[in-house]
Amino acid sequence: MIEWLKKMLGTQPSSNTAKERLRLVLMTDHLALAPEIIENMKRDLVDVISRYVEVDRQKVEIDFEREDRALAMMASIPIIAVNRPGGGTPADEAEPTPAAEAPPAAQATASPSVAATPTAGDPAKRKRRKKPSANPATAH
Amino acid sequence: MHELQPMHDESPAAAPVKLGRAIVVTSGKGGVGKTTTTANLGHALARRGARVALVDADVGLRNLDIVLGLESRVKYHVLDVLEEQVTLDEALVPDKHSEHLMLLAAAQTREKDDVDTDKMRALILQLRERFDYVLIDCPAGIEMGFKNAVAGAEEAIVVCTPEVSAVRDVDRVVGLLGNKFKPQLVINRLRPQLVKKGKMLSVEDVNAILRLPLLGVIADEPEIIVTTNKGEPLALREEGATAGAYHAIAARIAGEDVPAPTVESKESFFDKLGAFFGGRRP
Ligand SMILES: Nc1ncnc2c1ncn2[C@@H]1O[C@H](COP(=O)(O)OP(=O)(O)OP(=O)(O)O)[C@@H](O)[C@H]1O
Ligand SMILES: [Mg+2]
Repeated sequence: MIEWLKKMLGTQPSSNTAKERLRLVLMTDHLALAPEIIENMKRDLVDVISRYVEVDRQKVEIDFEREDRALAMMASIPIIAVNRPGGGTPADEAEPTPAAEAPPAAQATASPSVAATPTAGDPAKRKRRKKPSANPATAH
Repeated sequence: MHELQPMHDESPAAAPVKLGRAIVVTSGKGGVGKTTTTANLGHALARRGARVALVDADVGLRNLDIVLGLESRVKYHVLDVLEEQVTLDEALVPDKHSEHLMLLAAAQTREKDDVDTDKMRALILQLRERFDYVLIDCPAGIEMGFKNAVAGAEEAIVVCTPEVSAVRDVDRVVGLLGNKFKPQLVINRLRPQLVKKGKMLSVEDVNAILRLPLLGVIADEPEIIVTTNKGEPLALREEGATAGAYHAIAARIAGEDVPAPTVESKESFFDKLGAFFGGRRP
């Protein structure tokens, strides 16, 4: 009954507000303390999207926006080229070779990781694929 | 992280003496009750017959001597020992109330950067040869003072109040300490009535986030102010819920299987505290 009244009045106990704020602030803190997580996520994200369209890796931007009640990730991923439709579904097949299906421009600019993308589920292969500059995942 | 290595397991051959346990009491945030907790746990452990050394690592802002009521007896401090001006024995101050308890005070007129981390580590090891417990009262913050306080420790007690800022800082400190220090949590200044009304984070709320072994919960206790005024820590008393809570923490530290104020026993624990605050006190 009290809970129902509170809901009706639109108030929530301040301890809930504290809990919410704490949750958000810690997510933000943990992200800020682990830049390599963001780098790895950025790389994986671009890898996945590269399976469908050709993107400009240099201009990829990832931001985290703190709103009142939520933390949101904003990714800006410029697309350079889109494959002609009907050329097959490269994504979910077992052994697609996106490089072969991509237009010549894509082949020229695509990073080595694009070719290896279909193996993204395999951690061993993912490790091998890692760019030398990428920080080996030390997430804790 | 790598620069914070606990002092673990010297080979038995090198150390024939059984070393005591060095436990740093830390929190990140200031004013949450590190010094109060150190003093009370020191007495609670000594009351059990253990030999206890309390080290004030808050160089520049020394407080532990005041809380213990030993300020008039302090002649030398940690830095005097580190800089070999005096011996450890000359600097250790025996407690007024307990023959098992001794204090190594901090220097009030020096700075945290004056402490040599390696020498501090060696000093704590020296104390561990002579005491069962070495409790180190850590300064607030995560800078040099924190690093020096942590240097010789092998375990950590983190003190947290049920507030957003305190929990956030403890989370950071625990991240810095890593698992090696086996951090255990003391929640301080809890007000059960406020928790019931939804106006304060509960023990469960705090530990849902921190996920640390819960050593104990200390209520927000007006008597703490009185005992600090007098320089007679509450844990010296045999009676009372808060004194009992300190004694229980000490027993838990000593490895006794005391029923912890866990999530399961929440109701009865809070009810007891509630009754205590509700006027059933003598
Ligand atoms: N459980 C408690 N109930 C009521 N008051 C408390 C409790 N614990 C601590 N206090 C009071 O809170 C104040 C701060 O405590 P204390 O000095 O122990 O904190 P601290 O973490 O050591 O602070 P600092 O970071 O400055 O070293 C003191 O006035 C103390 O008496
Ligand atoms: Mg203090």
